[in-house]
Amino acid sequence: MSYQFTVSPDFTPDHLSGWYIFNTWLQHQTDNAIHLEMYNDFHDQRVAIQKNNVDLIYANPFDAAMLVREKGFKPLVKSLGISDEAIVAVNADNHVEDVAHLKPGIKVAVTEAPDVHMMGMIMLEPADLDASNVEMVASDTYVLVAKHLLKNEADVGIFLAEAYDDLSNMIKKQLRILVRSQISVIHHSLMIGPRLLDQREKIQNILVQMANDEKGKGVLDSLGFTEWQVVNDEEMEFMIDLMDTLTM
Amino acid sequence: MLHDMKAEDIVGDFTEVTLKLYGGLSREVLFTEIETPYPDGKLIVSTTDTKGIITHVNRSFVEMAGYEESELIGAPHSILRHPDMPPAAFKDLWDTVSKGLKWQGFVKNLRKDGGYYWVKATVIPNVRNGEVMGYTSVRRKPSRTKVEECIKLYPTLF
Repeated sequence: MSYQFTVSPDFTPDHLSGWYIFNTWLQHQTDNAIHLEMYNDFHDQRVAIQKNNVDLIYANPFDAAMLVREKGFKPLVKSLGISDEAIVAVNADNHVEDVAHLKPGIKVAVTEAPDVHMMGMIMLEPADLDASNVEMVASDTYVLVAKHLLKNEADVGIFLAEAYDDLSNMIKKQLRILVRSQISVIHHSLMIGPRLLDQREKIQNILVQMANDEKGKGVLDSLGFTEWQVVNDEEMEFMIDLMDTLTM
Repeated sequence: MLHDMKAEDIVGDFTEVTLKLYGGLSREVLFTEIETPYPDGKLIVSTTDTKGIITHVNRSFVEMAGYEESELIGAPHSILRHPDMPPAAFKDLWDTVSKGLKWQGFVKNLRKDGGYYWVKATVIPNVRNGEVMGYTSVRRKPSRTKVEECIKLYPTLF
């Protein structure tokens, strides 16, 4: 039997090959045939999940509730020390100093990443801004979010903090951070579906031990991670509850 | 356990009142007019058991409330209750979450030092295996417009 593994489409492009290397490593370690399917966007990935095609997923926190509560997925691990944080930034020439001074009608450049979008919009709430009174400028990547700000095609950009920090210094010099989230408890997680659940403990142990093995460590490096850390059911339920409060 | 507030903990001139709390409890509360602004980008998170006793707080909760974590765990959530908050708001909260629904509202919270801070609060029941095990409350920065509306509205609800 072959299983399907997929990765949240908001992965850093630099780590694309890392996920293929990880999949090969995982197949060897678990003696399972696992096919890595990279979907172009969240919509295509969610269609595959709804069709029960997915068995293993490095999931965006926004999708965790659906995976656990509707599709019977369980958490395995998360990357140690990495949480999803968002940044709201403007063109450095913009005179606005505080989010609260932004006005309805502004253009907001965003990517498709649902958790970052949500955190960014929460950080705009102090200015009484929401989806009904701003204009979204959809962008495929965070570099394009930055470009929209630099060309004054958007007033505000919402970034994954890690992606903002990875922008070139030349770009960052022309931007200014208005607010950076410090939430700490929202994170991507590797999750396992019903067809593989009987192997959950075995796979979890293999992943947790990965950093102790030289080859495993190299694979983690290619993903930009240092170590996997167990996510237990209650920790996942806590994050789902928290996300639930934030979508209201 | 909920203790009366102490004058030595208070920063600035204060007013003293006896607050009647849910369950027949009452508390001597000392409060000032000093506002602590909500920090940008942070969420204040806590969980309680089904009786409203605090079981978990995050760092932002501790920083904004001004209590030590050890003073908060095991205390009723009403340790944050400010006398300017109308009891009707909390009745609405409990009526809503006890039906298994989410509640959202703007709340003026009381700090240990007698000061206050406004939050936009969302409370949801923690349902595990079909049973409500407790509640999670997440607060975020409110808009000043909404706070100003509440400052006008809440005194009319007593």
